[in-house]
Amino acid sequence: MPKKLDDELNGLKRKVVAMSDLAQSMFQTAMRALIDRDESLIAKVQEMEEQVDLYQVEIDEAVVSLMAVFGPVALDLRFALMVARINTELERIGDQSMNMCENVRLLLSEPELKKLVDLPRMADVAATMVRDSLSAFESGATDVARNVIRADNTVDALYDQIFRELLTYMMSDPKTTARSLALILTAGSLERIADHATNIAEEVIYMVKGEDVRHQEL
Amino acid sequence: MSTEHALETRDLSLWYGDFQALYDVSVAIKKGIITSLIGPSGCGKTTLLRCFNRINERYGNVTTTGTINVLGKNIYDEDVSLFELRKSVGMVFQRPNPLPISIYENVVFGLKTHSNGGPLKRAALDDAVEKALREVFLWDDVKDRLKRKATTLQLEQQQKLCIARLLPLKPLVILMDEPCSALDAEGTEAIEQLMAVLRGSYTILIVTHNMAQARRASDECIYMLLGRIIEHGPTLDIFLRPRHKETENYVEGRYG
Repeated sequence: MPKKLDDELNGLKRKVVAMSDLAQSMFQTAMRALIDRDESLIAKVQEMEEQVDLYQVEIDEAVVSLMAVFGPVALDLRFALMVARINTELERIGDQSMNMCENVRLLLSEPELKKLVDLPRMADVAATMVRDSLSAFESGATDVARNVIRADNTVDALYDQIFRELLTYMMSDPKTTARSLALILTAGSLERIADHATNIAEEVIYMVKGEDVRHQEL
Repeated sequence: MSTEHALETRDLSLWYGDFQALYDVSVAIKKGIITSLIGPSGCGKTTLLRCFNRINERYGNVTTTGTINVLGKNIYDEDVSLFELRKSVGMVFQRPNPLPISIYENVVFGLKTHSNGGPLKRAALDDAVEKALREVFLWDDVKDRLKRKATTLQLEQQQKLCIARLLPLKPLVILMDEPCSALDAEGTEAIEQLMAVLRGSYTILIVTHNMAQARRASDECIYMLLGRIIEHGPTLDIFLRPRHKETENYVEGRYG
């Protein structure tokens, strides 16, 4: 039985990693569409969204059958429970990427408001967080997961900065309101994506150590 | 010696001839709860269980070092009567072992043995039989055939009877050595329900190979490996976040 259980667990792990690669590429592609002003990339994000949705259903089914057939305990149980949660986080990252696409579409239909500086930085930090949270999931390295949780402060600070800057644009020239708002909402999506990465990191720590680190200072 | 513990050992080692079966076992088992002893075959679970009523001594060639306390009393003290010890520490075995006499006589056997020769009133015995059989939920099934041989009962009923016959002696601790391994799912459930009812009034220590049973039926678990205690803690911790890799591998079914 353990051999078969191990095969199932490994298969599930591979699926989560593949899904996370897709979710990551979704918001990075949405960002690329904005920076390169290339609307054709939005269609690619939509294609990936469909695949992410398929993964979500498939992973949930696999978790349910694993629980029903093997009745896992200890690390195996924590793994199965956390995979179900991480699955949801990844699907939400996909959803946020789709929201980003809506705003990118609006931004591309009008002239460029400003040279983007902080937003790409924010996207880079969020991408690193998602990547690291998943590498912690794969390796069980809780120190990597803890760094992800800490990095969320950087993303929050960048979001405040972007928000304040665009507020001054809107106040000084109301014609920039639609574009400023679209950029603020894009930054908001990145902020949410970083939150999901943080959740994944917390879930990895629970999975590895059985320790709940939510809602506390690290 | 703490009073919240019914059973306690310190640096307990045990040898069968020159084979060492237990190594420096120090354990404290709380009063009034159900504790499971788990671990792979040959890890010393049954040996440890048998230490608590000194039944190991029956097997000859057994050497023990360290201390064993039952309810704060060292059971190797000179003033301890083996007879009294076994009265307060009852034992249920793997295969139900009722005596080949009537159901009624099985229940009163212990009482008669422990009556110090004085005659017991028939009415008192009747009461004790009814009370014990009710406590194990066997009364309604057998009240009309108390004179029948106990060995004609179903296995599950026999096992309940074996528990019932301990109760008139008012034991404080009940040791169970895989009490359900000879029973089917229904019988197992019945015994587990019975354990849940007895919990509180008695301290129950049970050896089990059935992980699911340890999970659902016990408050605490002790994981043993190669004659040593690896981990002892609340059942939830043992099955959700064990502290030791060996425990984790075992409960996950990867070892043993």
